[in-house]
Amino acid sequence: MTTPELAVKCRQLVKTYDTGDQKITALQGIDLDIHMGELMMLVGPSGCGKTTLISIIAGILDQDSGQCDVFGVDWLHLSSKDKLLFRAQNIGFVFQAYNLLPTLTAAENVAVPLIINGVKRQLAVRKAAELLEKVGLGKRAESLPSQLSGGQQQRVAIARSLVHNPRLIVCDEPTSALDHQTGIHVIELLKSVAVTSDRALIIVTHDARIFDYADRIAKMDDGHIDSVAVVTQHSQFNKEVEDVT
Amino acid sequence: MNYIALKMLMGDRGKYLGIVMGLTFASLIMTQQPAIFVGLMARSFSFISDVGLPDIWVMDPKVQFVDDIKPLQDTELYRVRGVEGVDWAMPLYKGMIKARLYDGTFQTCNVTGLDDTTLIGGPPVMLKGKLEDLRRSDGVIVDIDGARDKLAKKPATSGGKPVPLDIGDTLELNDRRAVVVGIAKNTRTFQSQPIIYTTYSRAMLYAPRERKLLSFVLVKAKPGEDIARLVQRIRDSTGLAAYTQDEFKTLTVNYFLKNTGIPINFGISVLLGFIVGAAIAGQTFYNFTLENLRQFGVLKAMGTSNWVLLRMILLQAVLVGSIGYGMGVGLTALFGYAMRNTILAFKFPWQLLVFSATGVTLIVAFAALISIRKVIKLEPAVVFKG
Repeated sequence: MTTPELAVKCRQLVKTYDTGDQKITALQGIDLDIHMGELMMLVGPSGCGKTTLISIIAGILDQDSGQCDVFGVDWLHLSSKDKLLFRAQNIGFVFQAYNLLPTLTAAENVAVPLIINGVKRQLAVRKAAELLEKVGLGKRAESLPSQLSGGQQQRVAIARSLVHNPRLIVCDEPTSALDHQTGIHVIELLKSVAVTSDRALIIVTHDARIFDYADRIAKMDDGHIDSVAVVTQHSQFNKEVEDVT
Repeated sequence: MNYIALKMLMGDRGKYLGIVMGLTFASLIMTQQPAIFVGLMARSFSFISDVGLPDIWVMDPKVQFVDDIKPLQDTELYRVRGVEGVDWAMPLYKGMIKARLYDGTFQTCNVTGLDDTTLIGGPPVMLKGKLEDLRRSDGVIVDIDGARDKLAKKPATSGGKPVPLDIGDTLELNDRRAVVVGIAKNTRTFQSQPIIYTTYSRAMLYAPRERKLLSFVLVKAKPGEDIARLVQRIRDSTGLAAYTQDEFKTLTVNYFLKNTGIPINFGISVLLGFIVGAAIAGQTFYNFTLENLRQFGVLKAMGTSNWVLLRMILLQAVLVGSIGYGMGVGLTALFGYAMRNTILAFKFPWQLLVFSATGVTLIVAFAALISIRKVIKLEPAVVFKG
């Protein structure tokens, strides 16, 4: 049996925030591997460093020390310009608050990553509309975010995270603003359209309802990764995680 | 990305209109108030412009502006005529004389006495009658604004509108009879008094008794004569002040600029317009950016460079600036058009367009700068904050 290719390799990641009065160490030497084709969930109590970790993995925050390779590329070895380019081409984002541009239609919102990558607007919007069909929002392509429900907005955000075929998708609490049923629909959609053998997904969540959909779950606490569990063993793990969160 | 920038801007209609209105207001104030100011200043020398024909104006050295009459002796005319390079030199009387109105009240009029033979210095446009009619007995020409307004006759019916003065009507100037023989169109003067033209000799009769009554000597240079040198020769040989038309206009405008509060008053209006415009537009634009900070953060996280974001903000600023400027200037032009036949002074030279464009550009640059600073400093990791 061969080991799947690594999408993300973190070694001894340390990040400290200086708040003026005091220094807060958000990450205290994190080691983590995420494989291609894998859906990894990061769980843990608030303030344990989950968001800091995915910010560093996504290349939007620099660590103080340690190494973070994404598809074999160390973020710290990239120039600012190359970092932007790498991020634009390889990373997709899904946010808790959707973060759709309120004055753009659903299709235009989905088209944004393509436009950032230099695709002409008309072509980008056409591709975006096709992807919206795939996430079941073909008829709402011209709607503004304010005309969509929370679940529909998150589906638009998922389409946006996929439209430019990124190899890593970073999701921050994608279901926590949604009701139970909608949350399940969203994670099922993510699992069905986003998880492929040439892509990795990392989801930060508190939402115990969706743990079953992960391939592995990393439990964080106080800037450390306490444990990483494969979800076939999740029943016991789920219970432990619920205790933590 | 330009499309996204424009949709971000125009999608929030309230803010968008707020910014545009702020800039429109600033642009309006920065063009309309100076246009009135320039109009007023232009009126201060409108008499010089209307006389038009002479190259040089000769007067007492103590004269400070066109209405500051310090009479000369009539013999000065002949001294000027004797200066080498003078083609012709004509006398001009300019003075304030009271006209008695139908209801017994008096109206001060600006009376201009023209050389009896040549009638040089007459009104620029005759609406009724001919300039030569001044040679008729007691003939005077009245400007149309004065004829319609301040010198108008008794209303035909009680409570009706006064009837404009017309050819054949008589006036009483300093207790002497004057017959209207023509109606002229003049550029309005600073004081907006009715203007009455008559011959020089008749003006001497209307004018209050004084030892000296010659106000100006109007000089035409011989063809090919260097005007500046001739001006200097006249000064040297007569001891009088001599100015070219433009110099005399400048002297007059400078007097008003230095000795009246007009420039300060208008300057304050313009400055207030600039400050209020900058405050409204700058604040609204900054708020707009602040409210969209998260969206800019999302774009940044997705790989948009600071340079592209800067271009987006600049595009938004240039668009609102152009629209606001255009609307402000357009409203000023409309204002000027609507006021063209009123007493209000208004002159809109191209320099004012440049002036207000500079003002609006400064406001927009200020608004964009504070917004750009915020966006450039923005950490993209902000997108993960709830």
